[in-house]
Amino acid sequence: MSKNLRINSSKFIDQTNRISFIFNDKKYYGYKGDTLASALLANNIHLIGRSFKYHRPRGIMTAGSEEPNAIVQLHKNTSRTEPNVRATEIEIYEGLEASSQNCWPSVNFDIGGINNFFSPILPAGFYYKTFMWPANFWEKYEYFIRKSAGLGKSPTEPDPDIYEHRYIHCDVLIIGSGISGIMAAKTSAKNGLKTLLVEEKPYLGGTTIYQNSEYFKINNQTSGSWLEKEINEIKKLKNLEIKTRTSVAAYHGYNFLLAKENLTDHLPIEIREKKIRHRLLKIRAKKVVNATGSIERPLIFDNNDRPGIFISSAIKRYADLYGVACGEKNILFTNNDSAYETAISLIQKGINVKAIIDNRENVDSKLIYEAEKNNIKIFKGFTVVDTSGYKRIKKISIMQLSKDGQKVVGSKKNLHCDCLGVSGGWTPVVHLFTQSGGKLKFREEDSVFIPNEFPSNQISVGACNGDFFLDEILINVPKSLQKFLKIKNSEYDNIEVSSFINKSNRNIWLLPSDKTFGKTKPFVDYQNDATAKDIKLALREGFRSIEHVKRYTTTGMGTDQGKLGNMHALGIISETAGTKMGELGTTTFRPPYTPLTFGTIVGRNVGEYFDIFRKTPIHNWHVKHKAEFENVGQWKRAWYYPKENESMHEAVQRESKAARESAGILDASTLGKIDIQGTDASEFLNRVYTNAWSKLAVGKCRYGLMLNEDGMVYDDGVTTRLGENHYIMTTTTGGAANVMSKLEDYLQTEWPELDVYLTSVTDHFATVSVCGPNSKKIVSEVIPDLDLSDESFPHMSFKNAKIGKINCRVMRISFTGEHSYEINIQANFGKSVWEKCMDAGKEFNITPYGTETMHLLRAEKGFIIVGQDTDATMTPIDLQMDWIVSKKKYDFIGKRSLYRSDTIKEDRKQLVGLLTENPNEVLEEGSQIVSDINKSPIEMLGHVTSSYYSPNLNKSIALGVIRGGKKMMGQRLIIPMEKKNINVTVADPVFLDKENKRLNA
Amino acid sequence: MFLINCPYCGERDQSEFKAGGEAHIIRPKQPTELSDDEWAEYLFMRKNIKGIQFERWNHAHGCRKWFNIIRDTSNDEIKTVYKMGESPPKL
Repeated sequence: MSKNLRINSSKFIDQTNRISFIFNDKKYYGYKGDTLASALLANNIHLIGRSFKYHRPRGIMTAGSEEPNAIVQLHKNTSRTEPNVRATEIEIYEGLEASSQNCWPSVNFDIGGINNFFSPILPAGFYYKTFMWPANFWEKYEYFIRKSAGLGKSPTEPDPDIYEHRYIHCDVLIIGSGISGIMAAKTSAKNGLKTLLVEEKPYLGGTTIYQNSEYFKINNQTSGSWLEKEINEIKKLKNLEIKTRTSVAAYHGYNFLLAKENLTDHLPIEIREKKIRHRLLKIRAKKVVNATGSIERPLIFDNNDRPGIFISSAIKRYADLYGVACGEKNILFTNNDSAYETAISLIQKGINVKAIIDNRENVDSKLIYEAEKNNIKIFKGFTVVDTSGYKRIKKISIMQLSKDGQKVVGSKKNLHCDCLGVSGGWTPVVHLFTQSGGKLKFREEDSVFIPNEFPSNQISVGACNGDFFLDEILINVPKSLQKFLKIKNSEYDNIEVSSFINKSNRNIWLLPSDKTFGKTKPFVDYQNDATAKDIKLALREGFRSIEHVKRYTTTGMGTDQGKLGNMHALGIISETAGTKMGELGTTTFRPPYTPLTFGTIVGRNVGEYFDIFRKTPIHNWHVKHKAEFENVGQWKRAWYYPKENESMHEAVQRESKAARESAGILDASTLGKIDIQGTDASEFLNRVYTNAWSKLAVGKCRYGLMLNEDGMVYDDGVTTRLGENHYIMTTTTGGAANVMSKLEDYLQTEWPELDVYLTSVTDHFATVSVCGPNSKKIVSEVIPDLDLSDESFPHMSFKNAKIGKINCRVMRISFTGEHSYEINIQANFGKSVWEKCMDAGKEFNITPYGTETMHLLRAEKGFIIVGQDTDATMTPIDLQMDWIVSKKKYDFIGKRSLYRSDTIKEDRKQLVGLLTENPNEVLEEGSQIVSDINKSPIEMLGHVTSSYYSPNLNKSIALGVIRGGKKMMGQRLIIPMEKKNINVTVADPVFLDKENKRLNA
Repeated sequence: MFLINCPYCGERDQSEFKAGGEAHIIRPKQPTELSDDEWAEYLFMRKNIKGIQFERWNHAHGCRKWFNIIRDTSNDEIKTVYKMGESPPKL
């Protein structure tokens, strides 16, 4: 096992910097520059994990973000643990700890591997088909299925890392730093454009940077060294920002892109403290150059998933970039010339290549000649039909292909190997392009989808545009850039390229086998264990749409989103169903391109910043006096103030009694306040409220109800006429912003002729509400100069006053039914006025009360709370508030809707009071109300909207909405609960002081 | 995410705006004289076109002004913006 397969000192690997890491509890060494995958391969470790469904041993297939198999759990059982990390992407650092996933007890011996032998009875849709009978057993099945599903384990502790978001604006964004991206970056930045180049890998240069073959030359240098010089040059350019380890996740409309910049994942854990881990870049680019390259395709044959089977270009990358041999007895299997590049690269480094299986017949190129010269046996017109080796490939079987490629002929040959590289041609990475709305077209010659229609200001260049070969890139990319960036002279006009590759390929989506199809396992989606068999089964069962086949077979639904095999799935569907690839289309490419951490998505919006909240100017007093808070809209409102050992119920009962018997004080600062001015202010109010406003005298207050145009109650509150053309409107706490928007909307769009100005002043004032029989005495002590006599200052009126030198507005209005005052003062004096009232009220046992008591007190009076007793289906008539709807006014918002055929129905749900037979029984809010429990199904008449135990009436009271409730006064109804039925009587919703005597008490 | 050219502030990110549905639906001046059907037409019926659509938008986290947009809903391209009260420009 512990062989060293490091073959040379690659200049990309720092061999002076040895790094130790742990894999499956064992210590290994690698070098700075290694990925976990390259370091494991250098240690001759190929078995990385188990597959999802059959628990088949799996190894490393690729060297990039397309990796389906080599996914690991990092730092298990710690707060930094992370599942499903691609070993091909994570760079090793001192102390890295990784372990295999989806295996128990270990990756070498995995109990779940037994699924592999049951695979004939685990076809596509197995779970859907098997566990649906009997339907009610699903819950029992689910427990076991959930346990066996999923790959890695999510962390159980809070994420200790810091994340942030950043906006970037640029003229040109270039995605990908392969040869095309580097050419684009230089062209753009040198022409004075503010340019951003992002690259998902830690280094620039893509696959060209390590290309040192004599067969690919630019200006008589190897393409690698030519590109290196270009990179050194662009690094000096001032208006070019380069971000490596940055992966674009999403490409939205209007060139808005999201990218994840990885800042610390390659650093030892102990130096990550207080550093930002990932940064979500929100990029708005005037122009975008997609240079995302291409992904080499696998080939689909029986048992094509064993550890030791790689994508051929990955073997080249491991050898050239990381200086690691993936095997000592290599065989390559290809349908194009790319595998020969790999072969030549390996030979140059002294790595044995035994054979190349090429499914093409009669092909020739300089590369093939070079391979033959190096004693590599080439099997032209052959295919691999099977492989063997459980935890590492040992042997392949090959056979000759028939002329049409549909069958195999002749006898089987076995070849021994420890590594098989496959190349099925190239797939342009068009994910981001299509996410942005781009349309693809199918190119028959080499069976690829390439960009066709560009939705925004963008182009695709290089391999992602279908230009896979060096000569095409150097000719086409500069031309496209020149046109796209509107540049006169290109940097790359007189460039010499030599490329000796043969561009032919023989694409066979599903390679034939000597075995009957049903007995083979040609994997299409490696991570989700979907085989060609599953796809064909789905088609036989009648699935036709590619989107349906995808979901039924789970092809392309793993964490890798099927970057390797999706094209083959499409190919197999089109062949089986007899549709053309171009007509079949593709599945939808959705963001993110590679998985994002939750941290990246939320950035700094965690903990107390997850959802911002608003505090009143008196908030700290409530905190100091041990208030419990409730969230109302964005506000934190004092809910109740429990004294020692008091329960919520006890506190609310005490507060409610105190407010009625002596004095209570409430922080009402959260109520929305809108300042309304202008010569048409009264007319405006006439149009937005249901009642009339023109005759309201200056200094008077009035309650108003606001409807939507559909006649349903929208908001309510008291509005005060401060002057001839000046009002202050109050709204509900939660509705303030919406009311403001609605009023602005009507003013700007429907009634622009009205001279009205609106200003939101909610935050400008603190509101202290003092209520109860002793409220007058308390307020007169706080504001001695104010005449509080009923004659001068009656209920529903307002006065300007001064507390010390500070102006305040005092309204005599009441939401509790008690004699009460609201003092509105500049916000920063709110707390001191509150404290003054507390001092003045001491002798009357003034009791601070919260929202719960406020709700109880108003329910005793039958006052509604919009949003609790109403739900956007209640008209004022339904609420028995006919008195507030003006009959005289010609129009107001919602008026016409009040006599639509639907709103005048008599059996609409209507607000009523409810009294329980047992006065101590308090109903649950939301419970259903019925009249006949013997009828089946039971007819629901309505539900309870508000319910309390009233300490002032010594009985339970409730409000509810009931179909036709107005006419059911005195009728007995039933509230069926889980354990018993509660008898209630429909009552008047006003339970206390129907004559409103207390207002002037 | 759109980039919207507010007629008062210039180009801003979509997150600053609030969509307000179909444009040029005029609130009837004399609602009381309308039949239920006529009122329902104003109240409920919206086109929701695939293609060129006239929309109301509000620069809610900006100048708070309402204005109109002509947008192709099939590809989200905003053809033009114009102020409230103006008649739609010819495309």
